[in-house]
Amino acid sequence: MKYMDEYRDEEGVAKLAEAIQRAVTRPWVVMEVCGGQTHAIVKFGLDELLPKQITLVHGPGCPVCVTPVEMIDKAVQIAARPGVVFCSFGDMLRVPGSRGDLFGAKAAGADLRVVYSPLDCLKIAAENPAKQVVFFGVGFETTAPANAMAVHLAREKGLKNFSLLVSHVLVPPAIDAILSSPRNRVQGFLAAGHVCAVMGTEEYHPLAAKWKVPIVVTGFEPMDILEGVLMTVRQLEEGRGECENQYARAVRRGGNLGAQALMRKVFKVVDRKWRGVGEIPMSGYGLADEYAAFDADKIYGLSGYTAAEDAECISGDVMRGNAKPLDCQAFGTRCTPEKPLGAPMVSSEGACAAYYRYRRQEA
Amino acid sequence: MTDKKTDIYDVACPLPISDYPVVTLAHGGGGRLMHQLIETVIGRAFAGMAPGEQHDSAVLEPPAGQRLALTSDSFVVRPAFFPGGSIGHLAVNGTVNDLAMSGAVPRWLTCSLILEEGLPMADLWRVLQDMRTAAEAAHVAIVTGDTKVVDKGKGDGIYINTAGVGFVPAGRVVAPSRVAAGDAILVNGDLGRHGMAIMAVREGLSFESAIETDCAPLTAAVEALFAAGVDVHCLRDLTRGGLSSCLNEIAWAGKLALEVRERAVPVREDVKAACEILGFDPLYVANEGRFAAFVPESQAERALAALRQMPGFEQAALIGTVKGPDPRGKVHLTSKVGVARVLDMISGEQLPRIC
Repeated sequence: MKYMDEYRDEEGVAKLAEAIQRAVTRPWVVMEVCGGQTHAIVKFGLDELLPKQITLVHGPGCPVCVTPVEMIDKAVQIAARPGVVFCSFGDMLRVPGSRGDLFGAKAAGADLRVVYSPLDCLKIAAENPAKQVVFFGVGFETTAPANAMAVHLAREKGLKNFSLLVSHVLVPPAIDAILSSPRNRVQGFLAAGHVCAVMGTEEYHPLAAKWKVPIVVTGFEPMDILEGVLMTVRQLEEGRGECENQYARAVRRGGNLGAQALMRKVFKVVDRKWRGVGEIPMSGYGLADEYAAFDADKIYGLSGYTAAEDAECISGDVMRGNAKPLDCQAFGTRCTPEKPLGAPMVSSEGACAAYYRYRRQEA
Repeated sequence: MTDKKTDIYDVACPLPISDYPVVTLAHGGGGRLMHQLIETVIGRAFAGMAPGEQHDSAVLEPPAGQRLALTSDSFVVRPAFFPGGSIGHLAVNGTVNDLAMSGAVPRWLTCSLILEEGLPMADLWRVLQDMRTAAEAAHVAIVTGDTKVVDKGKGDGIYINTAGVGFVPAGRVVAPSRVAAGDAILVNGDLGRHGMAIMAVREGLSFESAIETDCAPLTAAVEALFAAGVDVHCLRDLTRGGLSSCLNEIAWAGKLALEVRERAVPVREDVKAACEILGFDPLYVANEGRFAAFVPESQAERALAALRQMPGFEQAALIGTVKGPDPRGKVHLTSKVGVARVLDMISGEQLPRIC
């Protein structure tokens, strides 16, 4: 497949692995921010190609994993209401809240539909004027533009029965929070290529300068990831801390300006709670005041609701790079993809699920 | 599509039930309407297949000296019609293939229908015609059955259960316990087409060319292996859970380590692309006309040649080997970039991912 097979080339991968080997003289800890990258690393076994001095740690960039427990609870509560059609991306269905998951709500009779685009919800809303259609708007800057477009179009079309349960999160504040922690051990970052395809790289230059840390915007195929690691390691070895772009075939410095304008119009930056991590100031999107009529949180009166996470789950440490999934006492025993304690065990992009699927024999 | 259905109905079934364009609860009530449905629709679709007189059960004459293989499967696929096939094809081939995987030659099938009130009669007729076509292609007869009608909203149009009987020729043992170190692992064609065909229609995704199901009877392919003199150790169809579930089941059952090369597994480009879009792995996607064969390494080439001469199975491939005993029963996959990892069985079902 074009744009894919050429980045999965065995020889190309081997050459990059050798180049990394030659570049490394000391131990380094590098975090891949995005869950898609974590998945590719474990699926293709890329970490096994790296020299021992390089430790890859898995970042918070899995939207399923960082959506807070109370948001799942809210989704379950809204979905359970009569007259509601609750729409979601597929992999949110199995994420446990404090009182069950969306699959459970479906089994109990909720009208729950898996969609591939929030725009599909507008069609459902138009076809079912007597129903309230709610979309679970989760994800990073990658999914935000389509969600913004759905809300924007709903207003243009005068749809009164569509709303968004918003739990959007942003990458740069998360990187800043990781670097601010006194326990931080991450020395370089592979930033999420798709997020930067939307947002550009501007936000990452000041971040790299502030913390003197290499941030390399990286793609998702094996050769992308290894090249990202190589660029990060070269910076570390040379004592540089800059933002560089490995994924130039998809990412422009300015990003997608049209998408950004729409997001600025529909959303506002708000404080956001991250599952396993806690609240990070100004780290997410909520609906702008002008679009409050589309805010499911307000419509269903759930704004004040909070819930506690499972105490045994160490997903916060995993997502900040302080622990690996195999360090968890519950891994593979009390916490499995069939019965997850925390979200990283649920999503295919969650670090724990990736380890469970590909690395269980080491546990 | 509607026009086409009407055509089939008009041409092949110009019958009194046209008074009833849809299935009603009365069609399952045991009275005259039910008999009319059974005789004029179901009976007509399967005409000439059941030997002897109509009674509460089919009374059949088994061949002498052969062991009987018996299986049963239920079909609830949504939607009932999809590119390249229907629930009717699946209901026949699914059961036929379960028998073939035991080394049996399938012979008789039952057909139990659970119909939802309101199912268009034309749809029922089309499904039954598909069952007939599939049964003829697989050389099996549908000899008895049952029909129930459930209230609107209590079913999904049509559910079908088929049980199947086949006979295992003397001396033939095809079983997981025969899989041994050194066995070659073959598949009879490209993987993932059925699952992605269903996903595409279910989710309203359209690709440049429609991905059609791989649904097919496997009896002829299995018999071709035996005819070529291959000592087939084990066969397993790659239905739910795809290749990964099949291989893990075999690995667990025999406490064996299996090794598979990802690059050797045939997957069509359009299926690969659809999987990439949805975040699926073709190794976990269901097939309805694909199986894995475990054969002695020395006979692998002969087995491949036998499979490849069958129409539709030209892509048959050697994908791996059985390495040796492993108390934990593991499948190791050499990834496309040459690194080995575990190929685990999927938990639950694959969910389309967010980004």
